[in-house]
Amino acid sequence: MSGLGTFWPMLRKEFTQMRRDRLTLGMMVGIPALQLVLFGWAIQTEVRHLPTVVLDESRSQESRAFVATMANTGNFDIVGHVASRAELAEAIEGGRAHAAVVIPPQYARDLARGRQAQVQVVVDAADPLASSAALSGAALAGQARTVELLRGTAGRAGAIDVRLRPWYNPALRSAVYVVPGIIGVLLSMTLVIITSMSIVRERERGTLEQLVVTPVTKTSLMLGKLVPFVLVGYVQMTLILLLGSGLFRVPLRGSLPLLYLEALPFIVASLAFGLLLSTLARTQAQAIQLGFFYMMPNILLSGFMFPREAMPAPAQWLGALLPLTYFLDILRGVLLKGVGLGVLWPQTLVMVGFGVVFILLSVRRFAKTVE
Amino acid sequence: MSAAPAPATGAAGAAADPAIVTRGLTKAFGALVAVDDLTLTVPRGEIFGLLGPNGSGKTTTIRMLCGLLAPTSGDATVVGFDVRTAPERIRRRIGYMSQRFGLYDDLTVRENLRFYAELYGLRGAALRDAVAAQLAAFDLAPRAPQLAGTLSGGWKQRLALACATTHRPDLVFLDEPTAGVDPASRRRFWARIGDYAAAGMTVVVTTHYMDEAARCTRLAFMSRGRLIAAGRPGEITAHFGLPTLEDVFVALQQRDEAPAETGA
Repeated sequence: MSGLGTFWPMLRKEFTQMRRDRLTLGMMVGIPALQLVLFGWAIQTEVRHLPTVVLDESRSQESRAFVATMANTGNFDIVGHVASRAELAEAIEGGRAHAAVVIPPQYARDLARGRQAQVQVVVDAADPLASSAALSGAALAGQARTVELLRGTAGRAGAIDVRLRPWYNPALRSAVYVVPGIIGVLLSMTLVIITSMSIVRERERGTLEQLVVTPVTKTSLMLGKLVPFVLVGYVQMTLILLLGSGLFRVPLRGSLPLLYLEALPFIVASLAFGLLLSTLARTQAQAIQLGFFYMMPNILLSGFMFPREAMPAPAQWLGALLPLTYFLDILRGVLLKGVGLGVLWPQTLVMVGFGVVFILLSVRRFAKTVE
Repeated sequence: MSAAPAPATGAAGAAADPAIVTRGLTKAFGALVAVDDLTLTVPRGEIFGLLGPNGSGKTTTIRMLCGLLAPTSGDATVVGFDVRTAPERIRRRIGYMSQRFGLYDDLTVRENLRFYAELYGLRGAALRDAVAAQLAAFDLAPRAPQLAGTLSGGWKQRLALACATTHRPDLVFLDEPTAGVDPASRRRFWARIGDYAAAGMTVVVTTHYMDEAARCTRLAFMSRGRLIAAGRPGEITAHFGLPTLEDVFVALQQRDEAPAETGA
């Protein structure tokens, strides 16, 4: 009998068992959906509706137009006007406002003379995330006003100095950035943990002993455990993509078939890593612990939450050992930037490499004994 | 030897070999020697009973012979193949029924039978016929669509024996197959074992029931990892000058435990 002869019965058995295990099946679909909704709403790095006071010393039509533009960005809610610097400080210290706009007396005059006009935005930087979001919001407002002014004065005005220009995510909505990452994180979390338990579960139930005295080959056993979950991975990914675009308006700029193709090596690598854990653990509880231990660096070092460029070198090296790091590039590349294989082939190759190595290692580590 | 059927292994002269030969077979788990210098021969077509108190090394012996455990030292050949160098060739020719129910609770009776038959290479009409024959032979047909996990103990044991023999192995290992099974089920179970032996299959069985031991062609008593007596049931009772196998068993165990208590 050929080595692959034992693969088909293994595969069918795994599918039958998966179909019967409604609870696990429900969890495999329900948990990613729930996590996406939680993560998507909880991880909001943009700040909307920052209560803001205005110190308008220019008291001109132009200054009022700028304040209106700022309010229109949605980042600032104008909660009142103050008459002096002292009042402004009081408003922020007292917590009535978290930001203030100061428009100096010469604002309208500078604009009219075609000189660069200055506006000061004061932000309560106790929360650095909120303050940076507010600053970029203000910069956007300035940019918007500049465009309007340029239009009105036929290019004569010096207008307002703006350097910031966010690409791909012009409103700086964090969901757009976070959701593609969540696809990768949730896939690796559920797939690694589910497969890490698969062989250990058979060991605990006593079925592995009966199974390994048959002529089943190690490769058939491993692939039979792995392949059904590839399907689960695709179902999860589709669900997260649908919810992501429905709830969080995550764009799909690139090719969807490419994304599904690129997901395959990642899913296989994650599953194979889970199998490898399954050959290391003796109990299901150990397998779950190992799985969570694997998740922490994935969340922290892959670039899911923090940009890898900002990490110290050792953290970057560790991140380079995680398949998720590469899959994140691919997810964001395809979803947000609309780039193709021409750009993403190095990441693709690395993921295929991970998949092959993990499968070989797990087949090698697995012994058809009960010791 | 004369009753042994020609095996399909193609190994030259395999039909004339004993089913199992061990020489100095030893297994140690750290300081604990579970099987100590075991030398025995199991002729083909016999029902070979492995007896001994709990922890005497019966299960470890069977696991080594199945390739589930690597021997620490010594040699063993099973159906003509070396357990160290050709475990996969052995696996194709044997059946195994573990002490603990090892089939899938969440598969039906039929699915379990079919799964194991397929792993041994049965396909198509041969597969269907073999599964149907096992369902009939073990009276499992009415329960074919039932999940194995919902069977009672006796039925589980029957299904386990059926799964271990669908592929008509040359040799089947049964590790305490009737533990916790009611007398009627045990009788039916042994009727099947008798059929298999009559058809030329070698059966290696461990048991604590002396009425079962009496049905074996040959017996080996183990205690604390060592072989302490071997032979036909009549030879053993005659050798020890005791009326029944149970008397021999109790006497051997008492003799063996006495120094163990002072030694430990």
